[in-house]
Amino acid sequence: MHLSRRLLIAGASALAVALGATAASAQKKYDEGASDTEIRIGNTNPYSGPASAYGTIGKVIEAYFKKINEEGGVKGRKINFITYDDGYSPAKTREMVTKLVEADKVLFVFQTLGTPSNTAIQKYLNEAKVPQLFVATGASKWGNYKDNPWTMGFQPDYVTESIIYAKHILANVKDAKIAVLMQNDDYGKDYFNGFKTGLGKDANKIVQVATYEVADPTVDSQMIALKNSGANVFFNITIPKFAAQAIRKAGEMGWKPAHYINNVSASIGTVMKPAGFEHCQGIITAYYIKDPTDPQWAKDKDFQDWTAFMKKYYPAGSVIQVENAYGYAVANLLIQVLNQAGDDLTRANIMKQAANLKNIQLPMILAGIKANTSPTDFYPIQSVQLSRFKGEKFELFGDIISNEMASQ
Amino acid sequence: MATTTTDIVNGLPSAVRTVLDFGRGRWLWAALIFLALLPIIGGKTGLIGNYGFMQLSLMVVFAIAVLGLNLLTGFNGQISLGHGAFFAIGAYTTAVLMFHLHVPYWLTLPVAALMCFVAGYLFGLPALRLEGHYLALATFGLAIAVPQMLKYRHIEAVTGGVQGLQLDRAVAPFGLPFTANQWMFLVALAVAVVMFRIARNLLDSRTGRAIMAIRDYPMAADTMGINTAHYKAMTFGISALYTGVAGALFSIIIEFASPDNFPFALSIAILVGAVVGGIASLPGAVIGGVFVQVIEKYADAAARQLAATLHLPIEIQPWTIYGIALILLVYFMPMGIAGGLAMAWGRAKRRWPALAGVK
Repeated sequence: MHLSRRLLIAGASALAVALGATAASAQKKYDEGASDTEIRIGNTNPYSGPASAYGTIGKVIEAYFKKINEEGGVKGRKINFITYDDGYSPAKTREMVTKLVEADKVLFVFQTLGTPSNTAIQKYLNEAKVPQLFVATGASKWGNYKDNPWTMGFQPDYVTESIIYAKHILANVKDAKIAVLMQNDDYGKDYFNGFKTGLGKDANKIVQVATYEVADPTVDSQMIALKNSGANVFFNITIPKFAAQAIRKAGEMGWKPAHYINNVSASIGTVMKPAGFEHCQGIITAYYIKDPTDPQWAKDKDFQDWTAFMKKYYPAGSVIQVENAYGYAVANLLIQVLNQAGDDLTRANIMKQAANLKNIQLPMILAGIKANTSPTDFYPIQSVQLSRFKGEKFELFGDIISNEMASQ
Repeated sequence: MATTTTDIVNGLPSAVRTVLDFGRGRWLWAALIFLALLPIIGGKTGLIGNYGFMQLSLMVVFAIAVLGLNLLTGFNGQISLGHGAFFAIGAYTTAVLMFHLHVPYWLTLPVAALMCFVAGYLFGLPALRLEGHYLALATFGLAIAVPQMLKYRHIEAVTGGVQGLQLDRAVAPFGLPFTANQWMFLVALAVAVVMFRIARNLLDSRTGRAIMAIRDYPMAADTMGINTAHYKAMTFGISALYTGVAGALFSIIIEFASPDNFPFALSIAILVGAVVGGIASLPGAVIGGVFVQVIEKYADAAARQLAATLHLPIEIQPWTIYGIALILLVYFMPMGIAGGLAMAWGRAKRRWPALAGVK
């Protein structure tokens, strides 16, 4: 009797300890911007100004969170997505992000758009230890986890992409003589430097480089110079308007090099069609996202889900704009991070979970291209698949190619 | 007779009357002391956060920038659509000095002032031959060209190109208990007080009368022995100096300089601020600065919030409210807000003569 009572007490206290332990592990932890009912997320987008075409990304993300909230939120917490117009001015981004952090008290900042804009806020956010998650820019500098442990990129960066082209050229074109057309700014240089890195000791195979300014009316003279160099490979680092001009000019001059075009301009609707399909045959590019203007996706379940979502939650948005697929995919990835974070909604844990993504297949991203991160890999999507233009669409070919920059 | 307003005013307790009789100059000082105490009041009570101080600082910055344009356009009659360029030059002078040479932020202000004065004076010299629309066009070109020139490849090592320059935060000295935003507000306020004071003195002087005479009747000014060319170029230089100092402060507060910070729209914003505030008025410049910072940036956000709260089925696009506000202001206050307020005050005094005693 005596013994059993002692046993009972021991048992009870053990149980109490165990209960206490589970209670402790299930304890909810919050930083500013998170609570039992809400998660506040900050964002800036260019809804006005020269880059306002990108503003639709902010709107589609907002629409996606509306859908999540209507379906009950993330573990019962509603997402409060606060997004401001920065007019693509870095100064205004800095101002608005200060507002988001200091006045709106968001848990973290997500998908701020533009390379200069993100540069303007990076130091501030890292000093304040506020996550700057999945920034909307293709520059290669957003995965530097050592110096900026609170900043993380999202899409395959320009350097990765051009290294992949370089490798493909070296493996497939005999006696390559390469001509390059590039925009004269950081975007162009990022691509070009990656390309040279990819060529390595074969960088001397670049026989001619021509540049243009965004303000130029055409690239005709550049194209003539490139053709006259006798090159048999053409790497086309241009934004859509100039990409279409370059393709058309090459076709009209009868120049038929092995033509590689950067993903920035891999759009059927805005580049290939205006350039003329007859001039586009055989052009190679790299994809990681499904181009909504590509008819091959019409019967794809994933694509149909996306168009249904667009129709219901963002009817004003265009279903031929790739930005709307992009925003949808990245918003999905954020929900994954929030689900992983569970009830520990601290800034440190958000960052920890963002750096702990394993093989996440996102909607509207090509099958097999998965988001992966680790504490030493802050580049979520690092793979692309090459595709070749044939008829009136791009045909994917070959394996999914990755270039892990994680060790950088 | 029924009681008049005079009786009411006379019937007020003497303490209240003393306050009303305080006089304009003293009101100004009281307001300034209140502003200077804000970081202590706001910071301690938590009423104004760091973001609030950033806003206040930027209002002060734009007030200085608008004052610069006011001197040129309002008092001297020269139109400029390109003051964003001088703002950018001032901003970059500070940024380059801080980034490359690690000059303390406060020391960069006089350098930026000098740079912009020289740039403005030199630009003003050939521009003297241009009148009205042509001058507007030339300055327009300046506003377009300067941000692009900052991206120029051969000076990229200095300007940082498209990527811009990231600056260190300006913190309060001697361990004073202010946050960076609070401190920069005080710095901007002090600079503004000095610069408004100088502008006041300048306009009240012989030089100021010459500047205004040129605006009112250039030929008459000429015959009276005023060296029109000299004064016009000088005014251009001084105007650029003011706007440039504003740009320098802007860089320090934003902690970042990039060509995209200075789009052409900035020049227009400064001009709109000057016109809306009151083009030939110093208080107008303050109102203009507040307008540039607050109305332009937050009218849309406020309207959208209102529409959402009231569940209005309209989607308000950026700039709509701003545009409408501008049209209404120009219709109802053609002399700017400062002019409109002065007129309203005059009307009130005619209506209730007792108010006339209250300066």
